Amino acid sequence: MEGIRDKVAIVGMGCTKFGELWDKSPDDLVLESCMEAIEDAGIDIKDIQAGWLGTVTTGNSGTILTRPLKLDYVPVTRVENVCCSGTEALRNAAYGVASGAYDIVIACGMEKLKDHNSGFNWARMPPDYSRVDVRTAPAQFFAKLATRYFHHHGLSLEEGKTLLARIAVKNHHNGTMSPNAHIRNEITIETVLKSPMIAYPLSLYDACGISDGGSAAILTTPEIAKSLKKDYVLIKGFGVSSGSGQPFLTTDYDFLHMEENVRAAAAAYKEAGIKNPHEEIDIAEVHDCFTIHELYIYEDLGLSAKGEGKKDVEEGRFALDGALPVNTDGGLKCFGHPLGASGIRMVYELYNQLLEKAGKRQVKNARIALSHNLGGVPGANCAVAIFGRNN
Amino acid sequence: MVGITSYGSYVPLWRMGGKAMGMKTEKAIACFDEDSLTMAVAAGLNCLKGSDRASIEKVFFASTTFPYKEKQAASVIAAACDLPQGVGTVDVANSLKGGTSALMSAFDAVAAKSAKKVMVTAADMRMGLPMEQHERTFGDGAAAFVIGDTDVAAEIEGSYSVSCDMLDIWRTQDDKFVRFWEARFGLTEGYLKIAAQAVAGLMKKCNLQPADFSKLVFYTPDPKSSAKLAKMLGFDPGTQLQNPMLDVLGNTGTSFALIQLAAALDEAKPGDRILLLGYGDGADAIAIKVTEQIDKIRNKNGVKAQLDSKKMIPAYTTYLVWRGLLNPEHEKIYYSNYQENTAVPAIYRERSRILTLCGSKCKDCGVIQFPPQRVCVKCHSVDQYDEVKLSDKKATIFTYSMDFSSMVDQPTVLPIIDFEGGGRAEVYMTDRDVKEVKIGMEVEMTFRKIFFDEGIYHYYWKAMPVRFQ
Repeated sequence: MEGIRDKVAIVGMGCTKFGELWDKSPDDLVLESCMEAIEDAGIDIKDIQAGWLGTVTTGNSGTILTRPLKLDYVPVTRVENVCCSGTEALRNAAYGVASGAYDIVIACGMEKLKDHNSGFNWARMPPDYSRVDVRTAPAQFFAKLATRYFHHHGLSLEEGKTLLARIAVKNHHNGTMSPNAHIRNEITIETVLKSPMIAYPLSLYDACGISDGGSAAILTTPEIAKSLKKDYVLIKGFGVSSGSGQPFLTTDYDFLHMEENVRAAAAAYKEAGIKNPHEEIDIAEVHDCFTIHELYIYEDLGLSAKGEGKKDVEEGRFALDGALPVNTDGGLKCFGHPLGASGIRMVYELYNQLLEKAGKRQVKNARIALSHNLGGVPGANCAVAIFGRNN
Repeated sequence: MVGITSYGSYVPLWRMGGKAMGMKTEKAIACFDEDSLTMAVAAGLNCLKGSDRASIEKVFFASTTFPYKEKQAASVIAAACDLPQGVGTVDVANSLKGGTSALMSAFDAVAAKSAKKVMVTAADMRMGLPMEQHERTFGDGAAAFVIGDTDVAAEIEGSYSVSCDMLDIWRTQDDKFVRFWEARFGLTEGYLKIAAQAVAGLMKKCNLQPADFSKLVFYTPDPKSSAKLAKMLGFDPGTQLQNPMLDVLGNTGTSFALIQLAAALDEAKPGDRILLLGYGDGADAIAIKVTEQIDKIRNKNGVKAQLDSKKMIPAYTTYLVWRGLLNPEHEKIYYSNYQENTAVPAIYRERSRILTLCGSKCKDCGVIQFPPQRVCVKCHSVDQYDEVKLSDKKATIFTYSMDFSSMVDQPTVLPIIDFEGGGRAEVYMTDRDVKEVKIGMEVEMTFRKIFFDEGIYHYYWKAMPVRFQ
C-alpha cells in the first residue's frame, strides 16, 4: 500500500460565515464557498473536472453542487458519513486526483440546519431498524463518557465540569478572533458552570452550536499546483475508521476512549510518516462537538501522552500560545457545526495557518497540521487528515 | 382437583394521597409509562417466577382499560411473559367482574381438559373526573393466577354467577372518565341484592354455611358496603372479611377482588376456605379451598410488601400530567421528539428483541451481544448464535446521562447497563430517585410504554432500581 502522501495539493479554499443564516439558501452556501476557493486557486469553474459534496441532511445527489455552480455534466458524487462527510468529500476528491483520473477537482461541504425546526432531527431520517429503543440527542452519548471519566479519575462533579469548562473557555477565546465564526464572545469557567444542564453532566456551554455553513477546496496535482501558486498545501495522509457499534454491544468497552479515534489517527500517521504525533503535529483542528470529546481526542490521537490530558488542559498546552494549539478558529464550539461543512472548514483554518494567512490567530512555525472529525456516536466513524506546506 | 397453582400481584410504586391532595387516604397509581397491559405483565412475571411456562396453554386478560379497542393485549402479555407461541390468548372486556369471570373460564377450560394450564391476568387504571370522588378512590394494580390440575395450592370448589343489567357505573367507548348514577341506587338495588344472590347461590350449590369460610374476599364499591353485605349474609365481618385495602391501594376495578385474593393467599393456611366475590353487571361467587401446597408457592413479594414499597407523587399536577389531562396530545409529550418514524414491519421482525429483550450468544466464543448480531462482534463467526433472553436478568449501571428535555420524565435517566452473565444495553430508567442513581447501582428490567407514534403504543423494557432484594 503506497498511500497518497504528497501526491495531492490544495491550491484554493473557501468558507462562508457560519451561523443562523436565515437569508442564505443551500445554493448560496455552495456557491459562495466554492467561488472563494475557485478564485483563491486562480482557476475557472470550467477547469473543474469532477466534484464531491459532503452533506448529511441537505438535499440529495450531486446536483446540490452542480446546480448552483452550473458545472456542466461533470461527475459529482454526494458523500455522507455523518459528521465526517466534509472530510470524506475531501478524501474522495484527493483519491480522484492521486489516481490520475482527474487533474483539478472540487470538494465542498455544506449543511443547512436552520431550515429544520429546532435543529436537526435525525428521527426523520429513513429508519434502518424499528427504533423501538432508546432514541436521544447526540449530547447524551457524550454525557455518558463524561460520567464514566469523572468516576474513573475520582473527580467530583464540580472538578470534572471545571476541567471541561477550560476547553470551552479556550475555544470561545479563539472564536473571538475568527470573523466568520458563529459565536464570538469570551466566556469564563463560571459561565459554563452556571449554564443550564442539558445532558447531565454536560451543560449548554459544553455543547457546540447548530449552524448553517459551506466550505470548499480545490485539489490538483503538485505539478499543476506549482504552475498556479508559489505556496500551497500538500495532503500528507488520511485515516478513516468505521466501527460496528462495539461500545454498546458487549461489556468490553471502557467509555474512557474512542477506539475509532485511535484507529483513524494511527492510519493517518502511518500514511503521513508521523512517528511521534505529540512532537510532530504543530496545530490541530478537532471535533469538539462536546467539551468531553475534545478532552478524549487529546489522548486518543496522541496529542497528549496517555493519562496526561487533564494536566495538559490545565497547563494550557492546547491554547493559541501553547505548544500545540487546538481549534484556533474556535472549533465546532464557536465557529459552529453545520455537519457536512465542518470537515473542510477545519482544513480551511489549517490551510490559512500553514500559509500564514490566519491574522490575529496566526500560530508561529506551523508546518504539520491535523484535522479530525467524528461521525456519530462511540463505535461509529472517524476521519483524520494530515497536511503540510509545500516548502 | 383444579385450582390455583401459582399467583402473583403488582402494585405500582407510586402513591397519590395525603394532605397535599386533600385526601385522608392514599391510592396506588401507575407511572406515566405504565398501563393495564404493562401492569398485567408485571403481575404475570411475579406469578410465573420459578414455575414452568411451557405447559401454559391459554392466557386470559381481564380489564376495562385496554390500550387498544382493536388489537389484543393478551397477545402482548403472552409474548412479554415469554410464553410458548402455541398459547391461546383472550381479552375479557367491559365488566368489573371480568377478573372473576376469567378465573371461572380458566377453571372450566382446565376441568374440561382443553388446557393443561391457563394464566389469568387482570389489571385496570380507571379514571374519575378531575376533582371528583372516583379520582380519589380508584387505584391502579394487577393480579395474575395460573390455574391447573396438578400441585394445586387452592382448589376451586365451585362457583355461582348472577347476571343483571344495571347502569350503576359505566363508560361509553369514547369516555375517558367513568359515569355513574347516584351511589345509593347502585348499592341498595345492585351490590347489596345482586352480590347477595350470588353468594347465597354459591353456598346453596356447594352446601356450605357461613362458618365454613375462613376469609371473605369481596369486591366492594366503598369501604363500608362489603361489611354490610357480609353481616347481612350471616358472616362475621370482624373476623372473616379480608381487608379491601381501599385506603392504601384504592379500587383497582377488574383486578380489585383478585389483588385481595392474592393478599389472602399470602397469609392463608392449608385448609382455609376463601369466598371470592366479583361484582359488576351481576356477580360471580367462587369457593376456594387452600391445600398443603400453598406453602410451596407462597409469594415472596406479596401484596403487603408491594404496598410497603412506595413513593408519593409530589403534587396533584404530577397525576394530571402523567394521565395527559393537561395536554390534549398527551401521548406524544412523554417522550423525546427523536421517537418517531415508526416502521411496523421492522417492529415485527425485531419482536423477540422488543418483547423479551433477546440478545445473541455466540456459539463459538460465548460472548453475549445486544441487540442480536448475525456476525459476532468478537470472533466474527457468521450466523452461529443462540437467542438469549435478558429481560429477566439483573444488571448494573456502567455509566449514565440524564436528558432534561422531557416534559414528563424530568430528567430522563439514560444508563448503559451490563447484565449479569454478559450483555450490555442502553436503556431508559424508570421508577427511580435521581439522587440514588450512580455507577454500580443494581437494576432490574420492567416492561413499559416507551413512546406513542402513528397511533401505536410502543412497549419495551426499561431498567428500574431493584424493588425487592
